[in-house]
Amino acid sequence: MNGQTSFTSPFVYLGRKALTLVSEMGAMALFLIRGFSMIFRPRQLPVIIQHVYYIGARSATIVMLVGLFTGMVLGLQLFHTLVKFGSAGVLGSAVALSLIRELGPVLTAIMITARAGSSMAAEIGIQRISEQIDALHTMRIDPLRYLVSPRIAASVISFPLLTALFDLIGILGGYISGVVLLGLNDGTYFYRVQSSVEMADIVGGFVKSVVFAVIVSTLCCFQGFFTHTRTDSYGAKAVGLSTTSAVVLSCVLILVADYVVTSFFL
Amino acid sequence: MDLPLIEFQKVTKRFSEHAVLDQVDLKIYEGQVTTIIGKSGTGKSVLLKHIIGLMTPDEGVILFRGQPLQKMSRSERNRYFSQISYMFQNNALFDSMTVFENIALPLRQTTDLSQKAIEEKVRARMEQTELTEAADKYPSELSGGMQKRVALSRALVTDPQMILFDEPTTGQDVIRRNAILSMIAQYQRKFGFTAVLISHDVPDVFFISNRILALSEGRIIFQGTPEEFEGFEHPFMDEFVQSIEGLQEHLTGIQSKRQFKVRNQMGLSRKRPQESYVVALFTLEDFDQLCEHLGHTRGQEVLNALGAYINKHFGGVGGFSARQSKNQFATFLPFSDLNEAERVLKDFARDLQKEGLDAIQAKAEVPRELCFEFPILAGVAQGEAGGEQIDHVFQEAQLRQKEIARVLCERRR
Repeated sequence: MNGQTSFTSPFVYLGRKALTLVSEMGAMALFLIRGFSMIFRPRQLPVIIQHVYYIGARSATIVMLVGLFTGMVLGLQLFHTLVKFGSAGVLGSAVALSLIRELGPVLTAIMITARAGSSMAAEIGIQRISEQIDALHTMRIDPLRYLVSPRIAASVISFPLLTALFDLIGILGGYISGVVLLGLNDGTYFYRVQSSVEMADIVGGFVKSVVFAVIVSTLCCFQGFFTHTRTDSYGAKAVGLSTTSAVVLSCVLILVADYVVTSFFL
Repeated sequence: MDLPLIEFQKVTKRFSEHAVLDQVDLKIYEGQVTTIIGKSGTGKSVLLKHIIGLMTPDEGVILFRGQPLQKMSRSERNRYFSQISYMFQNNALFDSMTVFENIALPLRQTTDLSQKAIEEKVRARMEQTELTEAADKYPSELSGGMQKRVALSRALVTDPQMILFDEPTTGQDVIRRNAILSMIAQYQRKFGFTAVLISHDVPDVFFISNRILALSEGRIIFQGTPEEFEGFEHPFMDEFVQSIEGLQEHLTGIQSKRQFKVRNQMGLSRKRPQESYVVALFTLEDFDQLCEHLGHTRGQEVLNALGAYINKHFGGVGGFSARQSKNQFATFLPFSDLNEAERVLKDFARDLQKEGLDAIQAKAEVPRELCFEFPILAGVAQGEAGGEQIDHVFQEAQLRQKEIARVLCERRR
């Protein structure tokens, strides 16, 4: 009997984990549908604008900084690689396409996850454990409408805008390292950027950023909203773990979703 | 009796295997203050959360005006919940919002009132709860008592028909505790809502309650008036007697009502038949207006100081005193007759008018510019050991009450 138990226990464990995963994914899908459906309810606009400021405007500096150095590093690495093949002139194309198609949406999403996603999870988590969400219920204010919907909407607005900013600053970074520091002709650089980037690349990048926005905002809000149901910890520790889970899962899912969306576009 | 506003019929709620509420039957009547008492962890908050809809029963029915909540349509349920406000034990204020924003939140999110109308309503509530100067502060910048007032203002701002108070006085000192209870009672009368309180503040909370519900081990073991509760025989009562007996340091610093009762029973039992005793009854008239004028905390300080003054004066002639109701004190004089008591009362009235009221107001730190004129009434009545019930003597003292002193602001200025 014991032998049987020890033989089946890994399967039991895996089965239980799989069931939990499916159930959580279902709950998260419902959470997203409900949250999304409430975006267009009355009185939402001022709250959405407020969150666009927190998620979007206040993340702009860090996104610009990361964009600048990403572009500079890309410019530096690609210049030395391309020189070996005698193709230094296509540096503009390489930098622009890498940023617009891949690095822009992914790195922007990861930066916003670190900055705004963690704060979404922590803020909602604290509101949950301090009964502020229960207080909303008693005031007949739907917490999903008041806390989650505006964050999803604000993310969907902010992510593409910040991605565009990241791309722009990144291309400028590539210009600084490739043209200003390494002496590539500036006309060549911008000509290559202009000639190689197509509308499909830009649309693809924006589609990715919208997908990442939905993933990050839903996941972070979900983790915070259900902090009280965690079985591994309680109170402030639960908020900490929810925040960590939100950030880690968001980053992993951003990369998974990046692959899936890319495979659709190529 | 009328149809209850809220009625629980055999309501059971389990967490895992443990039944926190076990076949609970209770009734809450409209326009009354109902207090739920019981030890920690007996399911008092769970009970309130069932009323507000944060929890649903595993078994049993909750009725609102005779109609089961479970069978209500969505719009009926919305209408029902819109009539109830809830004040959380830890206040549940939004810590990233200012006091003004906290109070305005339910109006902004659930009504179509204009910005101006919301502002006016919120300002009015803040004024009534003495929060005007804290409008732009954050909850973390306020004292515990002020946070309670913010939570109360937020609960009141939607003009609810029923407010549920989950331990509104937790963590407060005795003066503030009584100030909060007095504030709840005052608003309850002013706005006419039905109040349901969870409180451990026995007996202070009895002075403002119409009905008491005692919850023990998940069951309601008593429902009735505070007076009926005093005669309730149950092991649960013993635990409460202990807490009541230890109330000397509570609001007035004088004896509790129960101690008072025990002492005057002992005093009477030692007397020979037909030996006389006297009961004096003092009332701080216009107490609600006083609280409104000075604020509830200062109002309670005045009451506290008056109780101490009475006790000190009559203690010298063998009397002992207790707070009898929200604004009344009773003094039992076991060794006096009516003539002697009237003479002592006359001296007391003279001292009170001459210096006592000034001393009381100074002790309560009432600023001169806030002076409020109020009278003190007193009446004495004589009883005889083995004669009529002491309650009748109290009633007679009440009937004989007349003004013995009055705060004169002109004189204070």
